[in-house]
Amino acid sequence: MSGDSAARSPVAAFVERFALVGAWLLVIAVFSLLLPGSFFTWQNFAVMFASQAPAALLALALIVPLTCGDYDLSGGATVTLAAVILGVMNVVHQQPIGLALWVALGAGVLVGALNAFFIVYVRIPSLVVTLGTASVVTGFVQWLSDSSTISGLDGGFVDWIITKQIFGVSYAFYVAALVAAVLWYLFEYTPLGRRMLFVGKSREVARLNGIRVDHVRAGALVASSVLATLAGIVYAGVLGSADPFSGLNFLLPAFAAAFLGATSIKPGRFNAWGTFIAVYFLASGITGLSMFGIPLWVTSVFNGAALIVAVTLSQFARGRAESDLG
Amino acid sequence: MTEPALALRGLGKSFGGARALDGVDLTVGPREIHGLLGHNGSGKSTLVKILSGYHAPDPGAELRLHGESLRLPMSLAEQRARGLAFVHQNLGLVPQISVLENMRVVEITAARRPWVDWRAQRRAAEAALRQFGLAIDPDQPVSSLSPVERALVAIVRAFTAIDATRSGRELHGLLVLDEPTPFLARNDVERLFGLMRRVVAEGASVLFISHDLDEILEITDRATVLRDGRVAGTFETRATVRDAIVELIAGHPRAAPVDADVEAGAAATEVAFEIRGLAGAQLQDFDLTLRRGEIVGLTGLLGSGYERVLHHLFGAVPALRGTLQTGGGRVDLSRQTPAAAVRAGLAFLPGDRQGASGAGGLPVLDNLLIPDLARFVRAGRLDWRRMREHAGNLAIRYRVRPVDLDMKLASLSGGNAQKVLLGKWLDIAPRLLLLEEPTQGVDVGAREDLWQAIREIAAAGTVVLCASSDLEQLEALCDRVLVFARGRFRAEVGRAAISKQELLRQCYAAVAA
Repeated sequence: MSGDSAARSPVAAFVERFALVGAWLLVIAVFSLLLPGSFFTWQNFAVMFASQAPAALLALALIVPLTCGDYDLSGGATVTLAAVILGVMNVVHQQPIGLALWVALGAGVLVGALNAFFIVYVRIPSLVVTLGTASVVTGFVQWLSDSSTISGLDGGFVDWIITKQIFGVSYAFYVAALVAAVLWYLFEYTPLGRRMLFVGKSREVARLNGIRVDHVRAGALVASSVLATLAGIVYAGVLGSADPFSGLNFLLPAFAAAFLGATSIKPGRFNAWGTFIAVYFLASGITGLSMFGIPLWVTSVFNGAALIVAVTLSQFARGRAESDLG
Repeated sequence: MTEPALALRGLGKSFGGARALDGVDLTVGPREIHGLLGHNGSGKSTLVKILSGYHAPDPGAELRLHGESLRLPMSLAEQRARGLAFVHQNLGLVPQISVLENMRVVEITAARRPWVDWRAQRRAAEAALRQFGLAIDPDQPVSSLSPVERALVAIVRAFTAIDATRSGRELHGLLVLDEPTPFLARNDVERLFGLMRRVVAEGASVLFISHDLDEILEITDRATVLRDGRVAGTFETRATVRDAIVELIAGHPRAAPVDADVEAGAAATEVAFEIRGLAGAQLQDFDLTLRRGEIVGLTGLLGSGYERVLHHLFGAVPALRGTLQTGGGRVDLSRQTPAAAVRAGLAFLPGDRQGASGAGGLPVLDNLLIPDLARFVRAGRLDWRRMREHAGNLAIRYRVRPVDLDMKLASLSGGNAQKVLLGKWLDIAPRLLLLEEPTQGVDVGAREDLWQAIREIAAAGTVVLCASSDLEQLEALCDRVLVFARGRFRAEVGRAAISKQELLRQCYAAVAA
């Protein structure tokens, strides 16, 4: 189940698998030495674990269609859609939070089904379709929310997401960890996960091996949107309000984490734990930098550079072969 | 003008231990149309690949173009400078862009100026089309042309490259046409021949590679036949008849081999499958009754459409109509899908190993077990220990080397990859196994292993349909062979009569019928 080549030594394979974990520990160590009083505290990590849970959920959402060879650029917009649906229904229209949650998840199914229709049935490249739906959903969200943040979400809901804690870490983090575990299980231990892998490597091969490629791709796109709405729900809970704008800011770091994650744990494949670790690796770097008072623009540079560096490293590890990721 | 356009002496080529070409001499005279014939494995395509610089020949070969001695392999630039131009079977045209852009692609992309002089390019393209009397609008995309028009455009483009080397009034050059016409109708062939005659009238020579004896007899001055990597003969076309050419291609008949290990016939009475009225884009109404445990070959010349039977049965390419009667019921083949076919007990091994058959980027383990993963689920999860054990046993049983389940399929040799891909299907014991060129590009040892595995599964009751142009393979495997031509089933050769020579005769006879 490890790497691919028998020629490579087990040590090299181990180093490749856990290089990202090592890099994360290194980042933590460096900032802890420089900022012992503020960075290296359980409080700091607890906040980071919870506040990055939506980012982790979105990154996990993206690797589902990525494994099948499709991009979902509408994930970021779907995050804000879910948050704003909660805000509008629960705060503006005073509907119970339970109903609002179901409507939000239903909206995720709808966005995913729209993507799947145009990508799988009409056969338009996923980049084009989801770029379009991302813009459509973003506009819809701004109309729905009147382009303003809606605060005052149901107290019980917010409490559950952010105030309830285990080991001082909010439930939000455990939701993301649970989804990572489920996806790990799906990819590693179910026939469906294996089929998704074949679909992602070669659609024609998968089809001629009796796999219903269209069903698998459509299912992955719907799953991606539903997980993105889950990210939006957790995001609304973490903030205690519905923010119609910053969901898009999640998209690039989420892709960065997905590709960074594909360089480790199971190198060469999108995988749940690699992605999960990558999200917190990126977050640790940004948290540390921001504690130094580094301006906001550095965040963009850091995330973008991390994406390119990550993919570059994995390409060199594979001898610059034609990439079969994505 | 007495120097031959092309003179090859002592051309040889080995791949590993196998001699693909051995001491081949070939001379194409000035203004001659010279045919090159030979069946699958005769060395024909290797010869073309050496001329076009894709392979280097073994040391000792001599090449002269118009008397000038040259070294092989030649670079593309050298070929262009010497007036050597190729039109390969796939024609090398980009369908989405215009005829003009396709015809002038070299001039447009290699221009030294920073802009493209479209008016000059258009004039040149129009002049070339006019010169050969082709009424083709240079602005239309190649995708809107008919097959013959595409071939004509490709040939005119190749001729333009030769024409560019014209010194003074004299034109030298050799145009190599590598089976550009396998799908053309009769009147389209006339247009092609008209074009070839004009090319020769301009002073160039043509090396015309084809499997169609009528075409060879009609258009060529002389022709050379390759067989098993050697020249079987060169003849003046006017003084030759069809049967003599078939004899050259097939070689002298030898005694039919006696197979001790084939015991089909005794138990093979129970009908397993019935194909009725199967028709597709390149296949016309076809019926076939298949009995348990028999191995049936499908063959024909290039473009005869025999491999389509497999594609339609499996649903890889939708059929227009037709049914497959199985033990479990009747399947409408116009709505067949691979997923449904697998559930019904069909298995298909496509000819395109990396592109359609197996995922080269995934390990041997995954490729071996993909057809049925549900059987490895224990307590809701895949039992990787059992999967490794099972896959390991499969790899050993079908002699995959090395037995390394974590190795990517793409890093295996062709023969070993094919053992993995065949083993994958044999493992789920299909009721109907569809094989397309199952041992193409496979070494001799692996070929025997694959044949043995196929015979064993047939002996266990599986019906095997093997589509192949490798007649030796059909001779070694099949209980009967069906011969196709122009999308139609033409003849059946029974077990006792199957020999490479007989099959070849039938293939050529089918085209003439």
